[in-house]
Amino acid sequence: MSIRNIVIGAMASAMSVAMAVPAMAQTEITWWHAMGGQLGETVNQLAEKFNASQSDYKITPIYKGSYEETMTAGIAAFRAGEQPNVIQIFDAGAATIIGAKGAVVPAQQLMSENGVPFDINDYISGVRYFYADKEGEMIGMPFNSSTPIMYYNEDALKKAGVTPPKTWEEFQSVTAPKLKEAGYVPLTQSHLPWIFTENFYSRHNLEFASLDNGYDSGTPVMMMNEDPIKGHFAAVKEWLDNGMFAWYGTGWADNQKPFNEGQAAMWLGSSGSFGGVKAAANFSFNATYLPYWESLTKEPYQTFIGGAALFAMSGKPADENKAVAEFFRFLTSPEIQYFWHKETGYVPITTAAYELAKKEGYYKETPQAEVGIRQLTERAGDWTRGYRLGFYVQIRDVMNREYGKILSGEKGVDEAFTTIEVESNKLLERFSKSMGN
Amino acid sequence: MIKSQFKSPLFPYLLLLPQLSIVVIFFYWPAAEAIRSSFYLEDPFGFSSTFVGLDNFRDMVSRSDYVATAEFTIIFSVIVTLFSLAIALLLAVTADRVLRGASTYKTLLMWVYAIAPPVAALIGIMMFDTLVGPIARFFQALGWNYQLGTNRFDTAFAMIVISIWKQVPVNFIFFLSGLQGIPKSVQEAAAIDCASSTRRFWTITFPLLAPTGFFLLIINITYSLFDTFGIIDVVLKGEPGNNPVTLVYKVFLDGFRGNDLGGSSAQSVILMILVLILTVFQFRLIERRVHYN
Repeated sequence: MSIRNIVIGAMASAMSVAMAVPAMAQTEITWWHAMGGQLGETVNQLAEKFNASQSDYKITPIYKGSYEETMTAGIAAFRAGEQPNVIQIFDAGAATIIGAKGAVVPAQQLMSENGVPFDINDYISGVRYFYADKEGEMIGMPFNSSTPIMYYNEDALKKAGVTPPKTWEEFQSVTAPKLKEAGYVPLTQSHLPWIFTENFYSRHNLEFASLDNGYDSGTPVMMMNEDPIKGHFAAVKEWLDNGMFAWYGTGWADNQKPFNEGQAAMWLGSSGSFGGVKAAANFSFNATYLPYWESLTKEPYQTFIGGAALFAMSGKPADENKAVAEFFRFLTSPEIQYFWHKETGYVPITTAAYELAKKEGYYKETPQAEVGIRQLTERAGDWTRGYRLGFYVQIRDVMNREYGKILSGEKGVDEAFTTIEVESNKLLERFSKSMGN
Repeated sequence: MIKSQFKSPLFPYLLLLPQLSIVVIFFYWPAAEAIRSSFYLEDPFGFSSTFVGLDNFRDMVSRSDYVATAEFTIIFSVIVTLFSLAIALLLAVTADRVLRGASTYKTLLMWVYAIAPPVAALIGIMMFDTLVGPIARFFQALGWNYQLGTNRFDTAFAMIVISIWKQVPVNFIFFLSGLQGIPKSVQEAAAIDCASSTRRFWTITFPLLAPTGFFLLIINITYSLFDTFGIIDVVLKGEPGNNPVTLVYKVFLDGFRGNDLGGSSAQSVILMILVLILTVFQFRLIERRVHYN
């Protein structure tokens, strides 16, 4: 070992001692999340950046498994009084955590109480109210926000001599037959409830559930046994039978794989999948908006966000809540939002961050990354804000089960949608009762 | 025989205390809690809890998927139990006859026993995968368009095969030791009386194996009802979709994934009753008819 190395080593250890001293006074907070793999790495980077940006607070991210597992772990921990400061809850769980009065401190309240400026109009419109209560107060801080978009294999489309379809009519009459002829699986998708149901309703501005899609108090009823959605699934089943669409079960990855491997020409996934596709695909790909039925609407409406939000759990001391507020301030800053957007493909949640990304010329080099956010800011309608429905994880399971039956030919469309309507309304009623209504 | 007596009448209970407290804390308390919450409707975070009587049970049986799940569970358990017992018995009888390299055969046959259910299921998924699995490809070559995860029947088929495969070695070990417990003299006497080995098997060996077989029957029923959870979970990859699940898996889905505590407690109470019936059946009806000596 040279003298120089020894000196550097000594300096490094002296510095780490110096840095360890203020750690004694730090407020430590925990953050349970559901971001595995590459996304988990980025979450860790976010935490490191926050911890390095100041010396008063230290956040520790802990991976708790899938969205469902994270929520269940959080609930169990809350009941035992061991809840984390921050928990990531996904879209389908929003009604459960927001409905439980007293489980969380509303993000908006937490920030303003701790002197962090908050203005809901800073957030882009498709994001703003999804995790808000009916008065429009933001309860959960949107974190990983994505929306379904269509990825396509440029080489495949060129070979077949087609352009990405704007409407489903175009898809079934022109795009899919040509792609099939060229030897490709024309289309796959990764999430039937999210892409072909929830966002189908938003894209065509259709009422999804009564009581303002469930945002109003009371027991909502779902509008699932309706002609538009039934027509869509009848068409999907026909595409499947004619080799214009392929379905590999309910798993997300199983349906993305054929696209990544170049067998499927187009894939409906999340705008947040961008990073993953980029890493896996060895062909040139691009992304565009989610198609719509021209027969249902001349011009499409915006979709809403999926993904998850961060919730500050209640029952924590004031200094820890202050730390969470500071973390939210850090998280919503344009630079961090831009970093997150760029690393993961999730949309930036504030207008300032979107402007920053534009200014930096990010969309010039990667126009695919802008598709999600542009779709989220298309024209809004009465039913494009999102939904707030209880026991929604089970309702999605019911949908997946019945959709699977339609696609595997076990059941007809009418019968399946009657079952979905009856069972999801039963679940909603049950949830409402469990909330003490 | 020396009969010893404890000085204090409480002393034996003190000695039993560790065991009893484990049983109470880990078995009776949770069971009582499950029974209690099956009569309540509670929000996931536990803020409000309402007594609803038998509503949870009524809701449960009125749901079409619960009935379908119960039906599937019965079919699944019967097939898994029957086949894992039959295959194991066949293998045990065959391995018992082998003279050269017997221990090698036996070791190889027992190997699978050491594999954890989720790992067994992972291996199974690789074999049955629609696109790359060799078994799936084999079926497809035969003209059966095998689709794991999208076709209800095909997924059930994979679950059943994996569950049987995982259980055969356990049964094999027990059957083999049962076979070796049959006295040589009895077998030799039978061999003098009867030339047909098949007939000898059914009249001598099989009845003498009955205690083992009966014990294994109960073990296998509980295995197929409860212990196949890990296999089912891995085969489904966390998303049940339109695939079949067993009753135990449904308790998990509704309780842990869906956060419906009352509903899933009601389901587990039903399972408890089922186990109770099985136990009574074991001790009352069958045990009398099986001769252990």
